[in-house]
Amino acid sequence: MLFTDSLFIFGLILLFLLYFLIPQKYRWMLLLAASIAFYAYSGWTNLLYIAATAVSTFFITRKIEKMAGAAKDEVSAHKSEWSRDEKKAFKERAKKKRRRWLTLLLIFNFGMLAVIKYGAFTMQNVNSIIGWFGEHGTLPVPNFLLPMGISFYLFQTMGYAIDVYREKYPCEKNFGRLALFVSFFPQLIQGPISRYDDLAKGLYAGNGFDAERVQLGVQRILWGYFKKVALADRILPAVTLLISDPEQYQGMYALLGMLYYTLQLYADFTGGIDITIGIGQVLGIPIAENFQRPFFSKNITEYWRRWHITLGTWFKDYLFYPISVAQPMLKLSKWSREKLGKNIGKYLPVYVSTIVVWFVTGLWHGAAWNFIVWGLMNAVIILISERCTPLYSRFHKKFAWSNTHAYDGFQAIRTTLMMGCLRMFDCYRDVPLTFKMFGTMFYKWNVHVFWDGSLMQLKLTAADYGVLLAGTVILFIASLLGRKGSVRKRIWDRSRVLSCCMTVTLLLIVLIFGAYGIGYDSSQFIYNQF
Amino acid sequence: MNEIRETILEILQDLHEDVDFENEDKLIDKKILDSFDIVTLISELSNEFDVTIPADKIIPENFNSADALAEMIAALEDE
Repeated sequence: MLFTDSLFIFGLILLFLLYFLIPQKYRWMLLLAASIAFYAYSGWTNLLYIAATAVSTFFITRKIEKMAGAAKDEVSAHKSEWSRDEKKAFKERAKKKRRRWLTLLLIFNFGMLAVIKYGAFTMQNVNSIIGWFGEHGTLPVPNFLLPMGISFYLFQTMGYAIDVYREKYPCEKNFGRLALFVSFFPQLIQGPISRYDDLAKGLYAGNGFDAERVQLGVQRILWGYFKKVALADRILPAVTLLISDPEQYQGMYALLGMLYYTLQLYADFTGGIDITIGIGQVLGIPIAENFQRPFFSKNITEYWRRWHITLGTWFKDYLFYPISVAQPMLKLSKWSREKLGKNIGKYLPVYVSTIVVWFVTGLWHGAAWNFIVWGLMNAVIILISERCTPLYSRFHKKFAWSNTHAYDGFQAIRTTLMMGCLRMFDCYRDVPLTFKMFGTMFYKWNVHVFWDGSLMQLKLTAADYGVLLAGTVILFIASLLGRKGSVRKRIWDRSRVLSCCMTVTLLLIVLIFGAYGIGYDSSQFIYNQF
Repeated sequence: MNEIRETILEILQDLHEDVDFENEDKLIDKKILDSFDIVTLISELSNEFDVTIPADKIIPENFNSADALAEMIAALEDE
């Protein structure tokens, strides 16, 4: 089910009404029932996967917490008898036992993801390798249907389990409540990947009706629908056409495809997240922001702090830091300090961890070499950029014009274009073709396509271009205004009537400018496929 | 403790020579140190003090100032 399905919208309105009508203590149960119904609609078998994650996490986190409690009791009981070293050794042994349970949980869940999402990719590559040795690769290639949102709910739940192991907070004792945290339906389509200590409180609070919150939440939902149906879905046919025939659409067409896809991806992903956060706001459940004006970033490192924030921080906390401070990494650092020099030893953990994290980030996006190369190219650019930081500082000190708003704008455009070029890996069928299409932008100067009417042959009419241009300008202005805090909140504080007018206007814009028409079928959200 | 603090200040100054680490107490909150700095810092601290800093110790409260870092190192040395 999509956010744009009429059944979803009808169900959502019904849920809002019921949520505020029933007693507070039953509200989280209603959300759980809605989440199960939402997920079951995507396929009953999918429920098995999410149930396996919820059940395994519930029992193992409880076990880990009990073991931690028992270990603390044991230390207290022998406080006067044991020496400091004995206590330390006991704590280490106890932690190791808890780590075994956590490892089991992680292997079970990520193993499930590995088989379902990466089984076919792995077997295809194994068959190719067998083929290099002159044999016919005939190992069976599994064909699993990817359960909806598995990459999102699994990461969210495993983050919770790691936090319980780290004793950041106590585990959830009620299975139903944990199941709601795992399966909260607005996040199942494309995240964000929330943290338990951020989300749970609102999820179980059962907050009542609040006019301001509901009004602002509905506006956020409508804003998300505007991005999705008026912009992302409108430009989709052109993107599909431009990438479907790489022989015909080269040079400036590839450039257009890149720019169109950049707009589509931004409108699609941020629009979906706006809808999710808006639903949460109506229900009184704060959901983590996933974007912070990413295309205003001056470099790629900053861009990744502002785009898909919850995935980035997940990888930072649960992969980047643990790899960087792991004993083998510190030993490698020590060895390289002695053998290769202090400077290399100092930075080696950062380099290795960054490459590993971006390799995994690429894999997270999809089981294909395109995504792996995309991830690694991000890592290379980030590391080069990091090493050049002192150079940039000297540059900015020497040239005053590099500290102006105009130069900031240039940097933002450069970042947008760089990220657009990297995202071409999403579009074309393999890595060599992506590089080829990127290359054609520089040697195939068919610039005439911009004025000879070719733009009108890309399944977009003049009216479509008008809506897309106006929409892009509106997005830009909204981003500029948003730098000083929520625009919706400022309007609400100024005038309730004005705020109501804004809601009605947004609704009309969505209804009038949405890319509907005969046989309209809204497209899948892009990040739902990752 | 003072000795630990002095060594930490030297390491920090080596990372960013233009920051007043002596008085700054919001190194993470103000995004003065990013994740790359933190990992480089941990690598230096582990090497200098021969302690293991586990991933669950990487929280803003432990990295926001030279004093907080010194306290964390002292606690790890005591464990």
